[in-house]
Amino acid sequence: MAPRPCAVLGIGQTKYKRRRDDVTLDGLVREAVLRALEDAGATFDDIDAIVIGKAPDALEGVMMPLLSLCDALGAIGKPIHRVHTAGSVGASTSISAVNLVESGMYDTVLTVAYEKQSEGNATWALSGGKSGGQGAGGTFAPWIRNYIARSKAPEHIGWMVAVKDRLNALKNEYAHLHLPDISIEKVRESPMLWDPLHFLESCPSSDGAAAMVLGNDDIAKKSGRPPAWVISHAKRTEFGQFPGRDTVRPQAGVECSEALYRKVGITNPREQIDCAELYVPFSWYEPMWLEGHSIAEEGEGWKMTDAGDTELGGSFPVNMSGGVLSSNPIGASGMIRCLEAANQVRGTAGEYQVPGAKISIGHAYGGAAQYYAMWMVSSELNPVF
Amino acid sequence: MVSLAEDVAIVAFSQTPSHAQFNDSEPAMIMPCVNSVIEQVGMDRHDIDFTIAGSCDYLSGMPFAFVMNIDAVGAWPPVYESHVEMDGAWALFEGFVRLQSGDIDTVLVSGSGKCSPGSYREGFSLQTDPYVHAPIGLDPRTQAGFQAQALIAAGKATERDFAEVVARSHASAKNNPYAQLSGDLSVDELLAEPYLQQPLRRLDCPPTSDGAAAMVIARADKARELCDNPVWIRGIDHRIESHHPTLRDLTDSPSVRTAAERVGLHDGPVDIAELTVTYSPEEIILRDALGLNGDTAVNPSGGPLTGSPFMAVGLTRVIELARAIANGDGGRGVAHASSGPALQQNLLCILEGDS
Repeated sequence: MAPRPCAVLGIGQTKYKRRRDDVTLDGLVREAVLRALEDAGATFDDIDAIVIGKAPDALEGVMMPLLSLCDALGAIGKPIHRVHTAGSVGASTSISAVNLVESGMYDTVLTVAYEKQSEGNATWALSGGKSGGQGAGGTFAPWIRNYIARSKAPEHIGWMVAVKDRLNALKNEYAHLHLPDISIEKVRESPMLWDPLHFLESCPSSDGAAAMVLGNDDIAKKSGRPPAWVISHAKRTEFGQFPGRDTVRPQAGVECSEALYRKVGITNPREQIDCAELYVPFSWYEPMWLEGHSIAEEGEGWKMTDAGDTELGGSFPVNMSGGVLSSNPIGASGMIRCLEAANQVRGTAGEYQVPGAKISIGHAYGGAAQYYAMWMVSSELNPVF
Repeated sequence: MVSLAEDVAIVAFSQTPSHAQFNDSEPAMIMPCVNSVIEQVGMDRHDIDFTIAGSCDYLSGMPFAFVMNIDAVGAWPPVYESHVEMDGAWALFEGFVRLQSGDIDTVLVSGSGKCSPGSYREGFSLQTDPYVHAPIGLDPRTQAGFQAQALIAAGKATERDFAEVVARSHASAKNNPYAQLSGDLSVDELLAEPYLQQPLRRLDCPPTSDGAAAMVIARADKARELCDNPVWIRGIDHRIESHHPTLRDLTDSPSVRTAAERVGLHDGPVDIAELTVTYSPEEIILRDALGLNGDTAVNPSGGPLTGSPFMAVGLTRVIELARAIANGDGGRGVAHASSGPALQQNLLCILEGDS
C-alpha cells in the first residue's frame, strides 16, 4: 500500500515570550491546541490520536509530561505518545504525526510541542545537566568559525541574518522578540557571547507551544480548510563525535535533505522550492544550512544572504516568520518551522506571506548538529517538478 | 478492530537479563541486544530501514542521555532514526505504524533503562503533575497503594490475592533465565511480611532493575525472507486515562478495555498474556479488564515482579510472548505495557504464530 496522503488542516500557536507565568504547562499547551482545532474547524471529538514532543524533561523538571498533560490535551481514552530527538524534536514530532496518518490507522491526528523555559534552567540542561557548561552556543561557535574559515565569508553575514530575522518577526504577532530598532550596528555592538556570536546573533529563551491538526485526504476534503500537503519528510541521525566528522556540513544533514528532495523528484531545490523555514538559533546557521541542505553550493550560501536573496521579497526567502532567532521555545521550535512552512503554502502567513508560495520546507536539527528532521509541504497534493 | 494495510512480524528479538545493577553504561547494555538481533536476521546494520528507541533521561539522571544510546544502535553512516521518551513498547508502536505506510521493510526497535543509579521512587514522583501532586511526593508506589486499597475496599481483592500473584510470578520465573528474582514462596509467609506501603508488602512491589531489549520487525515478504518462524503482530493500540487519581475508578482499567476492543483481543484464543504487573494488585485489574479466564497463562515469564527494567520492561513483555509463541507454547497471545502511575496508560499488542 502507498502511504495515505496527509495534510496540515489546522495550525495553532501561543504568543511566545520570556515568561508565560499567566498559564501552567497545561494552560500553555491547551492554548495552542484550541487554536489549532479552531483553525481546522475541528473539536477534540474529531481527534483519533495525539503525538507530543518537547526537548529534555529536565528543562521543566517534569518526567514524561504527557502523563500530566493528557487531560488538557483532550487525550483521555486516546493514544498519545511522546517523541524526543533533542533540538530537532518539534519537526520529528510533526513527522511522527504524519506517519500516523500515512499508516491509514488514524484519520485525524493532533500534534503539539512546547517548552516553558522560564520554569527551568535551559543552559544547565543543554549542557547535559552540568553546571558551568558551555551551552548550545559554546558547542556551535567553533564550527561556525570553521565555516567562516572555509567559506571566506565576511563577518557581516551573521549580523545581516540577525537583523533580517528580527525585521521579519515584526510582521508576526506570535514572535517573542519585537525589536523595531534592530540594526547591523546594534548587533555588532552587542556583547560577544561565543566568538563570533554576539548577543543579538543568538536566539532568546522562550515559553510557548505550537500545535497542528493533520488529516488524511478524505478529512482534508471534508474540512474545507486550505490544506498544506506533506509531500515529503525525512530524518537522519549521526554520531556527535568521531574523527573526521564534518561538523560544518554534517553528512546526516546532507543525506536528510537528499532523501527529502529525492522522494518527490526535486533536482534543483533553490529553484523548485519557494521558501524555507530553517532552524537558525545562531545567525550563521542560515548560510550553513543553505549549504548543508544543498540549497546553495558549498561556499556559496553566505552569498545568498549577502545578496538579500533570503529576505522576504528575495528570490529564496528564509525564516519569514522571524525564525528561531526571534522565538525559541526549544521543543516547539522545530514544529514552528514546520507549521510556518505550512502557513506559506496555505496562504495563511499574513503579513509575512511569500506571494504565491506553493512549495516550502520546514527543518530542525538537534544534539551536536547530529539529528535532522525535515518536511516539505505543498499547496497541491501532487505537484509536478 | 482496526484494519491494517500491511502484515508485520517480529523476526528477531533479544533481551538482557534483568540486572539488579549493571555496572557499565546504558549503551553497553543495549549493544549486545542490537548485535544479537542484527545477527539473527543476517543483515548488514545499514540495511535496516528505520530505527527507533525508547528510554528516559530521568532514569539516567541526565538530559539528552538518549543521545549516548545511539552508540549502541550505530549511526555512521547516518541512519533514519527516532526516539520516544517512553518504554520501548511505544517505540514498537511507532515502528509498527511506520511500516504500515508500505514504503519501508524493516525496523529496529529497542528499549532500555537503568534504575539502579538513582532512587526510582524519587525520580518517578516527577512524573506527576508538577503543581499539585509532585510537591507532596505522590510517587507511583504511593498511588499503587491507593489502587490496592481501592480494590480491597470495593471487595474486588484481598491481600491474599496479591500474595498469590507474587507467589505464582516468582514460581514461574524459575524457568526464566532473564529473571532477577525467582523461587518458591508460600502465600502465608508472604502475608507475614511487614507492610512496605500498606497494603503492599516488599514483594508486591518490583525490584530495582537495569535492562535492555531489542527486536527487528518487518513487512510480510521481508519477514519471510529473514526468518523461518516469524511471529505476527496482529494489532497494537494504546490508550491513556486521566492523570488525576480522583477522576478515575482505580479498580478498573477502561483504557485497557478500549485497547482490547481495538486490537480484537477476543477475536481468537488468548493462550498467553504477558502483562506489565509492576505492583501485584495490577494483575487483578488487568485480568478483569482484559476479560481473561482460566484458559490464559498469565506471565509465564514471571513478569515485572521478578525483574522490572523500566523503559525496557514493556518491550520485554512483547519479547517474552514472542519467544513463547515461537517455541510453540501457545498460538496467540497478548502483551501489555504500561506507563504512568496506577496503570494510567496502557498498550496492548496481539501476537500470533506462523501456522
